[in-house]
Amino acid sequence: MEMELLAAGFGGQGVLMIGQLVALSAVDENKYALFFPSYGPAMRGGTANCTVIIGDNPIGSPILNEHEHIIVMNNPSFTKFEPLVKKGGHLYVNSSLVSEKSTRTDIQVHYIEANDLAEKAGANVAANIVMLGGLLKISQFSAYAVAEKSIQKKFASKGEKVVQINLSALKAGFEKA
Amino acid sequence: MSPELKQIFKPSPILTPIQRNFCPGCTHGIIHRLVAECLEELQLAEKTVLVIPVGCATLSVDYFELDTIQASHGRAPAVATGVKRSNPDLFVVTYQGDGDLASIGTAEIVHAANRGEKITTIFVNNGIYGMTGGQMAPTTLIGWKTETSPYGREASREGNPIRISEMLSQLNGPAYIARTAVNSPKAVLGTKRAIKKAFTAQMKGLGFSLVEILSTCPTNWGFSPVQSLKRIDDETIPYYPLGEFKVVEGL
Amino acid sequence: MGEKILMKGAEVLGESAIKAGCRLFFGYPITPQNEAPSYMAKRLPEVGGVFVQAESEVAAINMLYGAAASGHRVMTSSSSPGISLMQEGISYIAGAQLPVVLVNVMRGGPGLGNIGPAQGDYFQSVKPGGNGDYHLITLAPMNLQEQIDLIYDAFELADEYRNPAMVLTDGLLGQIMEAVEFHREKDLASLPAKPWAATGINHRKKNLVSSFDLDYDRLEAINHQIQDKYRIVKEKEVRYESYFADDAEVILVAYGTTGRICKAVVDILRSEKYSVGLLRPISLWPFPEKILQQLAQKSTTKGFLVVELSAGQMVEDVKISVNGVKPVHFYGRMGGNVPSPKEIIDIINTIHWEGK
Repeated sequence: MEMELLAAGFGGQGVLMIGQLVALSAVDENKYALFFPSYGPAMRGGTANCTVIIGDNPIGSPILNEHEHIIVMNNPSFTKFEPLVKKGGHLYVNSSLVSEKSTRTDIQVHYIEANDLAEKAGANVAANIVMLGGLLKISQFSAYAVAEKSIQKKFASKGEKVVQINLSALKAGFEKA
Repeated sequence: MSPELKQIFKPSPILTPIQRNFCPGCTHGIIHRLVAECLEELQLAEKTVLVIPVGCATLSVDYFELDTIQASHGRAPAVATGVKRSNPDLFVVTYQGDGDLASIGTAEIVHAANRGEKITTIFVNNGIYGMTGGQMAPTTLIGWKTETSPYGREASREGNPIRISEMLSQLNGPAYIARTAVNSPKAVLGTKRAIKKAFTAQMKGLGFSLVEILSTCPTNWGFSPVQSLKRIDDETIPYYPLGEFKVVEGL
Repeated sequence: MGEKILMKGAEVLGESAIKAGCRLFFGYPITPQNEAPSYMAKRLPEVGGVFVQAESEVAAINMLYGAAASGHRVMTSSSSPGISLMQEGISYIAGAQLPVVLVNVMRGGPGLGNIGPAQGDYFQSVKPGGNGDYHLITLAPMNLQEQIDLIYDAFELADEYRNPAMVLTDGLLGQIMEAVEFHREKDLASLPAKPWAATGINHRKKNLVSSFDLDYDRLEAINHQIQDKYRIVKEKEVRYESYFADDAEVILVAYGTTGRICKAVVDILRSEKYSVGLLRPISLWPFPEKILQQLAQKSTTKGFLVVELSAGQMVEDVKISVNGVKPVHFYGRMGGNVPSPKEIIDIINTIHWEGK
């Protein structure tokens, strides 16, 4: 199998973290993985996106015209990337911040109120992990337990409370999608 | 040799017994001898790496029986950093002129000194570019005529002569900074003492050390060798005072 | 070792150097390779190595010169403008015949340009950029696994030929993360002896590390010796990947990131029964001239398309190799842009391939 993801949003919304967690989980399942970040010069507040390709065979071109799965965390990302979802693919919209609706009929659109769900899980900033949960449900990029393990690994240095919030966020997104 | 005569002086075995190509009256030769004698007396020669950049100093690559690296213009302190950091047991010396150290190489000397690299720099300052034919150096004194300051150096046009020793002594990295001269027997002896002290600073691992030696360039100054030595007293030393500018505790 | 781990390109190049027995890194910050010096600053002390952040790229390359002159494996990485600043030092290193490994994570130029991927420093690397007659052994990986192998090999080749080696990557390879495995680790006890190094005279004959000689005939003799060495390198060290090129009507020529994308193009077009192949130079110097000559001679070959992230640099070497036997076309992107497979396929389709 091969899966292509693009995640986009403001810098600071954790879109690169979404990509890294997908790649990390794939590698944990002994798959090939490629993570390609793209961001402006500012550390925070600019635009950021990343491409992730995982698969059973070595990854070919890191540059793609369109993506099977696209996560958009804010309005500008929706405008820019909604047309790039591959026919038959999936668009994941953070409906807490994105007001627009897709009019495309050749793709499946998943509206997830990520910031609201993250707030309930314990921290607004975990909205990215809510979206990751939605992606996990639909794309099955890895086993659920493997994704949980990646979160534990990535957030371990921030303490057990942060890990638990993010695990709850993952679950909330998974159940919502 | 008749039995009643005792040998009391001989050339240092660290100096290669070949002809020197320095101009008549040039003081590089005296400074070479002092460096060689200090290395010999402190038994450092076997583990010394000498770094020689570009300028009249470049000729010296053939003059020392020491492992030698020829570096690009101004970069000897960076090359020496590479040597010392990869071989902390080696004794590392750079030998640089004033065009090299005080103009093109200011970044390298300031930062090597600031990092407190455990190397020693012999800084030969004669206030002019020798090898390239007598151009103005950053150290050229006000009023001195050179190929590129034909009307005499003016502060408003060419800036002021740079006092490297004073500048570097403001940093925390150096362990020893001194300025000496070689225009009299007494001055030569003082220079030897300073070089020995600078080498000792490196041996003790105290930090960066530098001896600035006021030197002559009879050819490009257009002075006789003897007049040149006198010019050091009359013009150079009043602007570049001799002395120790930094001596850390433990030296 | 042997376990797949997810690593960022710039970190991979640091760890690759450590696996190749390098314990010294001198560098200066520049995007998009900043993770390499950061990685080395943290990692080298763990393995008994030394990291120094130099005051400039000019100082960094001269620190390499000193470390290599005194007998050590040493590396720096930088990106295009930083590599430009190092050119004088690289020329000295080549002249003094010292082994060092350089990595250029190429970015958009000229001038300050931007931090996007580019391949505009091909000429600077292979022709090359400093003064005098010298060459850098130049290797170009297309992904992070190959980058590990080529950095290891760069250290071996640099030592074997006493010549600087350049690993040429780009902003994309510097920033991506991929799953990689480290298969090889150099035993430090097996590093080659360097009897020519400046390590203190220690009761032997004096060693002089230098690129300087005032005697015309002696300097010419040294130049001849260096050129003799280069002839051996050209004979023995050419590397390339030929991917369905043997019977292809259209042969793509691309290296590094564009080589990887062109490989995907070949896969797509072959699945559509289109006879396309790829010749991917891995050593850019020495350049794979002979295989290109051979491919040009084939009756099946209709022509070549060179794809680069530049205005057309490697294409000149391809043209020299093909020598007018078949048409050589070019497609390039600049400014940090990278073509997608579809974009390249569209170009292939717009070219009039003779006899087709």
